[in-house]
Amino acid sequence: MQLSTFLIQLLNGLQYGMLLFLIASGLTLTFGVMGIINLAHGAFFMIGAYLVFQFARIYEWPLPLACASAIVAVVVLGSIVERAVLAPLVDRDHLDQVLVTYGLILIFDELAVVLWGKDVHAAEIPAMLRGSVHISDMIVYPVYRLALAGAGLVCAIGLYLIVAKTRIGMIVRAGSHDRSMVSALGINVGPVFALVFGLGAALAALAGILAAPILSVSPGMGDKIIIIAFVVVVIGGIGSIKGAFVGALLVGLFDSFGKVLFPTVSSLVIYALMALILVWRPNGLFGKAA
Amino acid sequence: MSRSVLITTGVVVCIALTIPLFGNPYLTTHATRILIYAIFAMSLDLLVGYCGLVSLGHAAFFGVAAYATALLSAKIGVSNILISLPLSTLTAALVALAIGLLTLRTGGIYFIMATLAFAQMLFFLVNDSAFFGGSDGILLLTRFSLGTPSLSASDPVVRYYLTVAAAFLTFVFLYFLVRSPFGRILQGIKSNERRMRALGYSIARYKLATFVIGGALAGLAGHLYVLLASLADPSILDWVHSAQVLMMVILGGMGTLVGPVIGAVLLIELIDQAAEFTEHWKLIVGVVVVVITLFGKGGLAGLWAAVAARLGLARSQP
Amino acid sequence: MSLLETKSLSKNFGSLNAVRDVSLQIQPGEIHAVIGPNGAGKTTFLNLLSGELPVSAGCLQFEGHDITRWSPDRRANAGIGRSFQHSAVFEDLTVHENLRLAAQTQYPKSFGMLWPAEGYTDVAARVTDVIAQLSLNAAESTRAGELSHGEQRQLEIGMLMAISPKLMMLDEPTSGMSRNETLELIGILRRLSERHTLMLVEHDMDVVFQLAHRITVLVNGSVLASGTPEAIRADASVRIAYLGQED
Ligand SMILES: Nc1ncnc2c1ncn2[C@@H]1O[C@H](COP(=O)(O)OP(=O)(O)OP(=O)(O)O)[C@@H](O)[C@H]1O
Ligand SMILES: [Mg+2]
Repeated sequence: MQLSTFLIQLLNGLQYGMLLFLIASGLTLTFGVMGIINLAHGAFFMIGAYLVFQFARIYEWPLPLACASAIVAVVVLGSIVERAVLAPLVDRDHLDQVLVTYGLILIFDELAVVLWGKDVHAAEIPAMLRGSVHISDMIVYPVYRLALAGAGLVCAIGLYLIVAKTRIGMIVRAGSHDRSMVSALGINVGPVFALVFGLGAALAALAGILAAPILSVSPGMGDKIIIIAFVVVVIGGIGSIKGAFVGALLVGLFDSFGKVLFPTVSSLVIYALMALILVWRPNGLFGKAA
Repeated sequence: MSRSVLITTGVVVCIALTIPLFGNPYLTTHATRILIYAIFAMSLDLLVGYCGLVSLGHAAFFGVAAYATALLSAKIGVSNILISLPLSTLTAALVALAIGLLTLRTGGIYFIMATLAFAQMLFFLVNDSAFFGGSDGILLLTRFSLGTPSLSASDPVVRYYLTVAAAFLTFVFLYFLVRSPFGRILQGIKSNERRMRALGYSIARYKLATFVIGGALAGLAGHLYVLLASLADPSILDWVHSAQVLMMVILGGMGTLVGPVIGAVLLIELIDQAAEFTEHWKLIVGVVVVVITLFGKGGLAGLWAAVAARLGLARSQP
Repeated sequence: MSLLETKSLSKNFGSLNAVRDVSLQIQPGEIHAVIGPNGAGKTTFLNLLSGELPVSAGCLQFEGHDITRWSPDRRANAGIGRSFQHSAVFEDLTVHENLRLAAQTQYPKSFGMLWPAEGYTDVAARVTDVIAQLSLNAAESTRAGELSHGEQRQLEIGMLMAISPKLMMLDEPTSGMSRNETLELIGILRRLSERHTLMLVEHDMDVVFQLAHRITVLVNGSVLASGTPEAIRADASVRIAYLGQED
């Protein structure tokens, strides 16, 4: 492999990894804190992208306003879903959670079809992020993808600081270690759940918005990426933010190098990676033993 | 078998046997499809309802057998189902053995996600490679035969009776299996794994055996599906397919064998009727799934009990 | 030769040393009680013996075999049976079915996949035999989850009897039992000790001093004292560290 190909794939892998992290962190938090497996997390990713499309392209709002409103709207929607549907599932078994959130996927995907049709919408890259940079004589890389990787990294650091340094973060860490402990300590878990879930939804929406110019906006766009995000969470260890970060980077890099090294079976590479990791560590890299 | 089960099964089989007599080809084909899914759902019920193994990748085995059947016919011209049925079922069982060895080391939510991911891996394998026909899948133009070329297994009525026989045998096999010592061990594992281990049972072995049996039976359904559809395409390996069969099991009531059969009828009818009514049928199905799972613990049987209790109709549940 | 021997057995949970350096021998035929205040590490110690938890350091031998790395099921098959501190019966199954699952392990021929479990008469006979030795009021067909607490505890011991282990380890068998139930259980345990070696984790000192041949006192994960009931009763450090709190 040439050095330039190597560097480009490295950047691609990092950028994809950061995108995956934004989604996987919400999934892993929801599981760590609430004990809920939320298949419908990908819906927030999709709705974020659609809302920006609606606000910026159809209503012609300025982009920052459109993005901010979209994220707020997704958080509101997420909170409603959390209160109405997920909170009652906290003490139910995983089977019920899988089915209910699968039902939610059907509902959200179809609502997107009802509201925006089945067409695939392209999303534009904002003017200031168009173009490419010359990293060296040989390597030209799109600015937008660099920005995307940067945004992901900033969020990852922010999330790390929240989890490592704040009181909420402490509860989150305690919760993913032993959930009954948190309620036993007399902490009112309701608001914590709502906050964590809202944060996860906001990150997923942000990921959707950032990914829109690359992936295009279409119904079901969340379903493909959510499965990969699950792979990330399984690799990293369920409930662990650090695991989600490492898992996302691994999956991003394996995917991007897999495309060059094993072009015919590239989509298998990350699953093979997951299989190997599960053989080695059945609870993921940073997961606690069952 | 107890007398009431014997009578009910007898009545259901008799009704099933009369369906082609109506001479309505659509009805026969539709009933074939429902029975195929009944087999598929019962095979998953063995895992979920009896052994507590919530698999979200059960379509993998259905799909593997379907592709094996299609490849046997398309690539080397084996269209005699007396050969392709055992071979494809065996392939499904072997794949279940491999996936089971890897995923059963994990538990709970890891198991759900790992089974999902392995099924998805197979999906991409067939979707991305020309050998498996890519995203179009493998369309079969030849007809299947049953033993001799003169007896067509693709004839709708023959195919229907074949499916009835397969569904009946699957039911009887599982009925006895779950009542056997082996079946009781599975229920023990579902109820309290630690306790079973402390009694001296090596859990992994039983789970693996169950996973392989369930995979093989799902493979049987996959084989029959290719007889019906003359097509094996990636959508049957998609995780949506796994979620659907899981819904059938839960809708009808898991851990009952009869429940999944009813669930298969209900979900297929629900989807068909909703699709007739609106192009946005997924909305209806989604709402039904959410409501039934949220409010009816134990599927429709559970929902009925909850409603009955509200209305004061409740009789104590057996 | 002792039936079970631990050598410097330790278990750490992170920085917490739940079991430290415990060396202990259990002789065939004895009733060995392990006592100690809450959180002393008794259950953890028992979990190490049954294989429920991996050891952090040390090793253990059963009938001369090093079983430190054996899985719980392998240990159970070798003859180490246990009950759990918090009742662990199969709640969804009937009393009969609970005992049948246990008894079945003793008949390798009874692992078929086709014939109904009820058809295996030798297993059923064993279940009947066990039930006769217990004093359950509930019918065999009662769901175990519907039994009273005391009866669930008895059922658990019944399951142990059905697998007939050489060493029976019981984690607080009398906890939550009424006085009468406790007295009944003492009788049952005494009869069991004729055929099995017993290790008993117990808080109720009456039970301990009525039954035990030898007593080991655990405090903060370490053995404070080990010996005959008389020696333990007379041991000043035990009095201070443990018995003093009871009086
Ligand atoms: N799985 C575990 N993880 C972390 N700490 C544990 C675990 N199990 C037990 N501990 C801790 O180890 C110590 C010993 O616990 P253990 O349950 O063995 O005590 P015990 O003597 O059985 O007490 P009790 O009389 O209350 O049953 C306690 O401080 C407990 O909190
Ligand atoms: Mg204890």
